[in-house]
Amino acid sequence: MSLASPSPAKIAVSVSGIEKAFGPTRALAGADLVVEAGEIVALMGANGAGKSTLVKILSGSISADAGTITLGGKTVSFASPSEAQAAGIATVHQATDQAGAAGLTVAENLTLNELCGTGNFFVSGRSIRKRAQEIAAAIDLDLPLDRDFIDLRPAERQLIAIARAVAAKASVLILDEPTSSLSSTEAERLFAVLRRLKASGIAILYISHRTGDLAAIADRAVVLRGGRVVASFARPIDFSAAVAAMIGRTLDASAHDGKPSSAPILASVKRAVLVPGARPFDLDLRSGEVVAITGTLGSGKSRLLRALFGLETLVEGGFTIDGKPWLSTGPSYSIVRGVFMVAEDRWASSLLPPEIPGATIAGTIALPHLPRWFPSGILNTTRERLAATQAISRLGIKARGPDDTLDQLSGGNQQKVVLARWQAAPCRLLLLDEPFQGVDVGARADLIAAIRGSQSGSATLIATSDTEEALEVADRILVMRDHSLYEADGSHGSLAAAIGSVEAAETGNVTS
Amino acid sequence: MTEQTATQARPTSSLAETARRYALFVLLALMLVGFWIAQPAFINSANLFSILQAVSVVAILGVGVSITMSAGGFDLSVGSVAASSVMAASYLMVVLQMNAIETMLLVLAMGALIGLANGLLIVRVGVPDLLATLATMFLLAGLQLIPTGGRSITAGMMLPDGTTALGAYDPAFLILGRARLFNTIPYPVIVMALVAVIAWFLMERTRWGRVFYAIGGNETAAHLAGAPTKAYRLWAYILSGTLASLGGLIVASRVGRGDVSAGNSLLLDAVAASLIGFAVLDKRRPHVLGTVLGAIFVGVLLNGLTMLNAPYYTQDFVKGVVLVGALALTFGLGKRKR
Repeated sequence: MSLASPSPAKIAVSVSGIEKAFGPTRALAGADLVVEAGEIVALMGANGAGKSTLVKILSGSISADAGTITLGGKTVSFASPSEAQAAGIATVHQATDQAGAAGLTVAENLTLNELCGTGNFFVSGRSIRKRAQEIAAAIDLDLPLDRDFIDLRPAERQLIAIARAVAAKASVLILDEPTSSLSSTEAERLFAVLRRLKASGIAILYISHRTGDLAAIADRAVVLRGGRVVASFARPIDFSAAVAAMIGRTLDASAHDGKPSSAPILASVKRAVLVPGARPFDLDLRSGEVVAITGTLGSGKSRLLRALFGLETLVEGGFTIDGKPWLSTGPSYSIVRGVFMVAEDRWASSLLPPEIPGATIAGTIALPHLPRWFPSGILNTTRERLAATQAISRLGIKARGPDDTLDQLSGGNQQKVVLARWQAAPCRLLLLDEPFQGVDVGARADLIAAIRGSQSGSATLIATSDTEEALEVADRILVMRDHSLYEADGSHGSLAAAIGSVEAAETGNVTS
Repeated sequence: MTEQTATQARPTSSLAETARRYALFVLLALMLVGFWIAQPAFINSANLFSILQAVSVVAILGVGVSITMSAGGFDLSVGSVAASSVMAASYLMVVLQMNAIETMLLVLAMGALIGLANGLLIVRVGVPDLLATLATMFLLAGLQLIPTGGRSITAGMMLPDGTTALGAYDPAFLILGRARLFNTIPYPVIVMALVAVIAWFLMERTRWGRVFYAIGGNETAAHLAGAPTKAYRLWAYILSGTLASLGGLIVASRVGRGDVSAGNSLLLDAVAASLIGFAVLDKRRPHVLGTVLGAIFVGVLLNGLTMLNAPYYTQDFVKGVVLVGALALTFGLGKRKR
């Protein structure tokens, strides 16, 4: 755990005493971090620990309230992302659709910085291709240069962003959750590129909480919690200690005992095939159970939930609820029968813009229940405001009252409102897709309590790509891979071991 | 953090907010007083009711437009539907010799059917709202000319086959556009008021209105919350088509003939009324009260300017200025701090 202090000459970037507050929330409370040239440092931390705030400060998107950033021996401060880029800090964000411009080819995207900035006024297809080949060769990128950016896979888009960063002579490369949407072979390819960059002396800050990735590539792991660095681990990294530092307690897997439930089966999935060619799987949900499905983006978690809710159809197999076959024709069919779904990305899937009537807390909660609550058609605002007031106190929603619009609330409180919407009516099966997206730690605990507290006679199925979230909320965890379900080692020995077993299942070593 | 800024910003912004909320009411009052001072005849009740009568058709069409807008659509065909209704009403009475009741019911049904066709084109075929209703607009503008060979319809007219039309406008039909209740309130104003009250109640006080707005705000969210979004969008166009044909009936009963150029400027005036309505009460969304007030606002302005001898050809310019101002008020000055 003790670390030889790096020689000043080798330090590529260091931050010290960085503080940043958003209103009453202290996102960073004096964080210190050093990355040497030719070193890959893993930045770990739970949601809300301050990882993304630190990245945003380093990449110039926001400025720190206090503290200093030293880059190559000089103290710097960035007013904008372009200043950070010019100084040599390149950031590859999680959202890969922003890594380049749709409608332009790979070659044009690789040379985008030069096309937009310092290059010649006149460009020819040939000069672009020539320059693009040089840039691609620098990281061994092997992509058809004429392909449109929009047709690329997320992994390929990331590699383009990295190639551009290298071409811009970046000395520090920040990767924000780069593997969250990658398959294991794609991740391997990314790691090979990163090792090559490391050898050429670039400092890499790698944000992830997937221990599998970090074991493969990181020289050092730094753990953030509550806005400061709480631990640092040199290679070989002790991941169970790192996870414990991340969560702040040596959890023997939360409050759930992990004993198999013996309640009656409420819903089951039989021989389901989600996409043609996928392995069929079964799943039983017992009354009162909270089951989480983890797995990477695009592994089929959402598809299973959407199929249960009636938004997609199975290729083969079927569902039963209460012993009867279940085939929903769509949201209204499901909702009437007590099968509710909270889709991921609440702004796109659940919430209304603030100028719309019904965008208030009361209106948001009432929307799916309008036909049942107001059969005559005439609204009774007292009725919906009462439901909202109850939800506000029950879930601890921080708001002035039921008439606040959702854009005035923080992400966690918005998610509480969305959950309250579906707890406002009798439920058989609650489907939650990424319910903790953009939710801070405190609100997550409230949400988990609310999810687990309302479990009389209904079952909850949660899809989340975050293993810790799954462990915190669920009685039972399953892993979705290539559109099929696998059991993770069910016994909750310790949290770290459980995370390990889930991630082993994710990467394909189900034998462990 | 948004909570924080909202609570902090409230005391300072409340004055500006109040000003924005009532800006159009204040302007309307100022205008009334201004025109009154400049031209005392402006304020007598006959003139005020003539203003309301003049805007009634635009307001009724505008309500239809704002219902489709609230459901995330846009009905560009309202002007053509109204014009076609004028022709259809005339044809039914003058050529087919029907009475007032039959004519009104058939014309309203025609409007509803056109709305249904618009809706099906949009919901079933998947044509974008603006393009579908634009196509319907052209189609109707041409279709209404075909039965009479492009001529206006009057009693005793020569038909394309050489015979003379035997019917005439039913006197009962003309009551709608020409008579006044208690000899003061023109019937179109009463119809406008009824449409406004019913539509306002539907959109603001019932769950159906809530769902219309939810679909316009976030169709995915409305769908995932179990709302039959396609049926609602279909109904929005049916309502809009029916209201447009009601507007056409009023025009027909006022002019008493089937004029091929009737309803030329109705579409733009109705859309303008809806858009001006965004600024009323600072709602930033289409709403019935705003639309009616928007129509009245423009009507008062044009009437007053005409009384002050402003030339008729400045009218469109004036409407444009009001529209630009109202939209700037809604979207620019009123931008919420986030």
